[in-house]
Amino acid sequence: MEQTLLKINHLHKKFGEQVILDDFNLEVKKGEVIVIIGPSGCGKSTLLRCLNALEDIQGGEILLDGLPIRKNAKDISSMRQKIGMVFQSYDLFPHKTILENILLAPLKVQKKNRSEVEKEAMELLARVGLADRCNDYPRQLSGGQKQRIAIVRALIMHPEILLLDEITAALDPEMVHEVLEVVLALARNQSTMLIVTHEMAFAKAIADRVLFLEHGKIVEESREPKSFFTKPQTERAQQFLHSFEY
Amino acid sequence: MQNLGIDLLFKGKNMIRLLGGLWVAVQISLISVAISITLGLLVGVLMTSGNKILKLFFRIYLEIVRIMPQMVLLFVVYFGTTRVFGWNLSAEASAIIVFTFWGVAEMGDLVRGALISIPKIQYESAEALGLTSGQTYRYVILPQTVRRLIPLSINLITRMIKTTSLVMMIGIVEVLKVAQQIIEANRRVSPNGAFGIFLVVFLLYFLICWPISRLASYLEKRWA
Repeated sequence: MEQTLLKINHLHKKFGEQVILDDFNLEVKKGEVIVIIGPSGCGKSTLLRCLNALEDIQGGEILLDGLPIRKNAKDISSMRQKIGMVFQSYDLFPHKTILENILLAPLKVQKKNRSEVEKEAMELLARVGLADRCNDYPRQLSGGQKQRIAIVRALIMHPEILLLDEITAALDPEMVHEVLEVVLALARNQSTMLIVTHEMAFAKAIADRVLFLEHGKIVEESREPKSFFTKPQTERAQQFLHSFEY
Repeated sequence: MQNLGIDLLFKGKNMIRLLGGLWVAVQISLISVAISITLGLLVGVLMTSGNKILKLFFRIYLEIVRIMPQMVLLFVVYFGTTRVFGWNLSAEASAIIVFTFWGVAEMGDLVRGALISIPKIQYESAEALGLTSGQTYRYVILPQTVRRLIPLSINLITRMIKTTSLVMMIGIVEVLKVAQQIIEANRRVSPNGAFGIFLVVFLLYFLICWPISRLASYLEKRWA
């Protein structure tokens, strides 16, 4: 039996009066790659932000390893260390070099030994092909390179789950590929990931499970991504996928 | 060549007197700058706090400072308030009050600007890595704020040093006033002194402000 890593029970999220997520339920197994797609405003990004307690929630619970994730809770820092998140706009710290960006959290949050994490950081950087840029500043890097660094910055914390929020949406088409390659390699390494994306070909290639969201609810769920993308069951998903064809 | 009147500088204790006057000006600006930066940081944080009444209060304060010439403020405080309220303010204290009143407002606005220019997602990506909010401020937000702030506040400092030339109007004997005294006293023997001595005053201001201004543009480039 695969082990359940993340469990979302009856999650409610509102912005003022506007309901974003409505009685949302999901169970994520260890090693599973879940891709979440849907029209903009469907709540997919908000869902990821709730999972990392960047948003407060109005009802329900989020359990990681059976422990609740709550904003403003005392243990939120230690919970967040188990969750890696990468954003659309990379959001490296502009005043720090690449290496310092990566080392900040392991040194200050996990209080690890500098030489050890530095060695690991260099290995990770080599894996994403950017070891030679470790002393550069973020502004000297292209968007795709910055995004690969942001992934390394999340990985060095050894998160149990990675949340990727439209990580290629701000990139030039040419740079999308280099970032997605990195994510594909992670998936092969049995990383647990929740991925929000508009790259349908990528979604099809990487997903163990696809969720199609609209109005804060799962409209269609499929464990067969290949058949989902060619033959979605619901009309709404058909419509949505059709809009990606020209 | 015409006599430029620079020889006057080397008569008696003139050079020492000018430097003494400069020191008075520098003292007034240093004290004002120190208070302005401290209180300005506080005002800047309060301005971003979102309290509407505080916001309105600081907006009006800032507008007054921007609109009112510093000289008028000096006159109001030194000649005006001392009569009306009957307190005994020295000219130096009045100058420091006025310069601080001005500096706190501008510094507060600079701090406010620097703080709101840091995108919200910088806080979020730090917190997502497990940093506590204290660590987020210490390692991520404040270093960026200070980098944006330093060149701007250095600018304010040089403007303050230059503006101390106004305080002679309320009887403080600073460098410009000393220069005037030297020129007046030697009007007969050295009529061209006005040129030489004021030129030296110009150079003295330059020597103080120029390195500060270079530092600002160096930091601006380095941290851009």
